[in-house]
Amino acid sequence: MEPYKFDVNNYRNLLKKYIASQDEKSLYQAEQFSKLSMQHNISPEEIINVHIQALKELYPDLPTEIDSSMNFLLETMISYGLAYQEFQSLREKQGELESEISIAANMQQTLLSTTKPDIEGMDIGAISVPSHQMNGDYYYFVTDESNNLGIAIADVIGKGIPAALAMSMIKYSLDSFPDTMRSPSVILEHLNRVVGQNVANTSMFITMFYALFNYKTGYLQYSSAGHEPGFYYCAAKDQFFEIKTKGLVLGVSCQVTYEQLDITMEQGDMVVLLTDGVTECRIGERFIETEEVLEVIRQYMHLPAQEAVESVYRHFERLQDFQLRDDFTLIFLKK
Amino acid sequence: MNLNIERIDNGETQELKLAGEIDAYTAPQLKEALLPLTKNEGTTVVVDFEGVNYMDSTGLGVFISALKSTKENNSDLRLVALQERVRRLFDITGLDSIIDIESTVRGGK
Repeated sequence: MEPYKFDVNNYRNLLKKYIASQDEKSLYQAEQFSKLSMQHNISPEEIINVHIQALKELYPDLPTEIDSSMNFLLETMISYGLAYQEFQSLREKQGELESEISIAANMQQTLLSTTKPDIEGMDIGAISVPSHQMNGDYYYFVTDESNNLGIAIADVIGKGIPAALAMSMIKYSLDSFPDTMRSPSVILEHLNRVVGQNVANTSMFITMFYALFNYKTGYLQYSSAGHEPGFYYCAAKDQFFEIKTKGLVLGVSCQVTYEQLDITMEQGDMVVLLTDGVTECRIGERFIETEEVLEVIRQYMHLPAQEAVESVYRHFERLQDFQLRDDFTLIFLKK
Repeated sequence: MNLNIERIDNGETQELKLAGEIDAYTAPQLKEALLPLTKNEGTTVVVDFEGVNYMDSTGLGVFISALKSTKENNSDLRLVALQERVRRLFDITGLDSIIDIESTVRGGK
């Protein structure tokens, strides 16, 4: 094929060849011509202009009616040209926004990252998989001098960038609690006020489960702000129990108190914390039942905790017609 | 899956009959239908959930907005005929303590 040249001669030759032969090859070259024209930001009316010139060169005594009709076509294409220009500039802007969002998502990862503590006699596993670019789920670990481990798991409802911003707010509020004030119900009451004051008049809200665990005694206190209930696996009974307390989601009403309950974990026991991305999984048109989730957990819970949570996720991911509709977060705390 | 919204105008009582799924895709449509109704003082807005087989947390956000709006505008919001799965969501989030939800629950999914 001849090297591409964007000019009227090139177009005229192509057109001439096509009119004479009406072959596929010329049509293909016309397609290439149009693609290259787009790459060079050539507007549709410019192509028609080139067509008119080529036509006049090929047929000097073109009927005036055809000539006028071509000019008419040229005029009508002008708005398309403008729309195309606009499309081009929007596409550029979209590219810029996408790259900014991906930078923001990376920053979110860095800002919100929490270190899974290494505690002797404890085995902790945590996985959080976003369904979109920005993760609306969040988990947080904090330890203190008195052998306590604080664990928060949260789901910001209202997705995207506003949710990510709300999450940073939660993280910094949690960071600012002194060690002596880490009782789960007190933390949730405080966070509820923070969220309420800052996300008023939106449909955004946050669910959170907070647990304070003494890893020397096995004593675990917990409260929930409307969060998906977790599970307590009691090794002695070889049974799962729902850990559920009453409490309104954060950010809806200012005067809320949170119920606080407790359990004592023995050797071999496990606490499972999760978000509704786990329990609201779908396989095709069907929802996963809680019993099925527990069966899957049971299947992998003998593994080291981190490997176990990852295996549970991979198990769901491998299922046929599995769709991750919501962010998926799962934490195992094994004693 | 879609959400169908049928509005029944009974003067002071405005009813919305919902059928389908309430999720991130259909929630904006629900919000658009529901919120304006809550802005009329003295109105009771009844939302019939009988045909709703699925709702996710985005849907809850719409009802939280609607509830806030009833407080500001002196109107009422009442949810009726919730299927078990949907009812559970209001229960877990504690929203059943601040939203008027009819206590009878329809079975099935």
